[in-house]
Amino acid sequence: MAISTKNGTKVWQRRDRNGQLKVWAMWLVGTAIFMWSWQQISDATTWAFFWDAPRIAADIGGRAMPPRWGYMDKLWAPLWDTLNIATLGTVLALMMAVPVAFLAARNTTPSAMFIRPIALLIIVSSRSINSLIWALLLVKIIGPGIFAGLIAIAIRSIGFCAKLLYEAIEEIDESQVEAIAATGAGRWQVMAYGILPQIMPAFAGISVFRWDINLRESTVLGLVGAGGIGLQLQGSLNTLAWPQVSLILILILLAVVVSEWVSAKVRGAII
Amino acid sequence: MLRLEQLTKIYKTGDKALKAVDLEIPKGQVLALIGPSGAGKSTLIRCINRLVEPSSGKVQLNGVELTSLGSSALRRERRRMGMIFQEYALVERLTVMENVLSGRLGYVGFFRSFLRKFPQSDVDEAFRLLDRVGLLAMADKRADELSGGQRQRVGICRALIQNPSVLLVDEPTASLDPKTSRQIMRLIVELCEERKLAAIVNIHDVALAQMFVQRIVGLQSGAIVFDGAPAELDEDVLTRIYGAEDWSETIQKVDEDDEEDAA
Repeated sequence: MAISTKNGTKVWQRRDRNGQLKVWAMWLVGTAIFMWSWQQISDATTWAFFWDAPRIAADIGGRAMPPRWGYMDKLWAPLWDTLNIATLGTVLALMMAVPVAFLAARNTTPSAMFIRPIALLIIVSSRSINSLIWALLLVKIIGPGIFAGLIAIAIRSIGFCAKLLYEAIEEIDESQVEAIAATGAGRWQVMAYGILPQIMPAFAGISVFRWDINLRESTVLGLVGAGGIGLQLQGSLNTLAWPQVSLILILILLAVVVSEWVSAKVRGAII
Repeated sequence: MLRLEQLTKIYKTGDKALKAVDLEIPKGQVLALIGPSGAGKSTLIRCINRLVEPSSGKVQLNGVELTSLGSSALRRERRRMGMIFQEYALVERLTVMENVLSGRLGYVGFFRSFLRKFPQSDVDEAFRLLDRVGLLAMADKRADELSGGQRQRVGICRALIQNPSVLLVDEPTASLDPKTSRQIMRLIVELCEERKLAAIVNIHDVALAQMFVQRIVGLQSGAIVFDGAPAELDEDVLTRIYGAEDWSETIQKVDEDDEEDAA
């Protein structure tokens, strides 16, 4: 960037003086904003509650222990529902995400002028709304229950999967595609032989990753009436049944650990 | 027979990659296309099977005009043009067998190819070709497990299983070591002889080209500046193609034929 001459030797520095000053100024402004925000938050905090917090937390913790193991037999069904919401929601999302991704990727879209923007719009609108909010809307539209949760998970996941997938499609090695096209293969054959094998690892990775996320998200969907274990969690919280809450939290933790393990296995197997 | 008439390519950037090239390649002739980087060698080859659309001019393969064909007719004609690439361009995550059979895609319907149900005759031919290039044992390996020379052999099989009447070969040896380069060039030339195939071989390595082909065409800034037998390549000609440089080494090496690498 900055090359100057000192005593006849050429000196190289990363930034010249103006650049250096700009960096310092940016740090100064950044620190000032941080301190100011800290002050605002501090002023808005009721400190009595804050100093109280450890005692309350210890109190709730004490009431939550030991977990009420006997409550387990009421949790198997909602747990199964939660798993189904996550899995079917992911499958449904993938079925819609694959075509959207092909329409959105610059190198496979039939029309960069008209169709690509539509595909990108689908991706953005699906991604911009949290699945809890989708669930809230869908519970109103199609009524409470598992189906609303499933659709909420699916809609939220389309954008995520399609975005990662279309980025993978854009990064493929074009020469392999060219080679297949040069044999006289048709449009769909070029996709099946030239593109599909190249994006399979990405596809597998994205699917299990999203399934993993969806399992966690589907545990809270019950809070808004969209089925799954969240319903029990909300019920227990509302009735201050802390031993049940702790049992549910342990269960969710276990489910997430298992899902992590499964997705690691799947990714390892396919790549 | 392959005939190019006034073939011209102007890229969107305004670069004139090919300037009205006329070229005729009779059946069974292997032709080496030499020239500096950016001379238009790749563009010329790609304009023939229209991986690059020519701007004007004609390409005729056995009497069929290629430049005006619609997309499905073009696909049918592409089956008769086998292509071999510099970086092999194998589908890395498919097996050797799948890669070879992909040369038959133009002859097999979508679902059969998708389910890998190729006709037994194609599978037989694939095994025969793999045997011919010495890779029979590798048929079930994934393409990314092979070495460069082995990959290029698979690339050759994929081109030949199309049963083409012309081979378009783009820098087949540029990513290979000198010994493997010779083996691959020898293999290509032998196979063309066996099958009476015409071939255009883009090649950087002048000495290698002289060693193996009957005819050399020199391309410079999109125009043909030399067309003749390998023996006619002298310092003047090389200077005309590539620009001034001490060429004595390059030419000597051909005579001696004992050093591994040239350019």
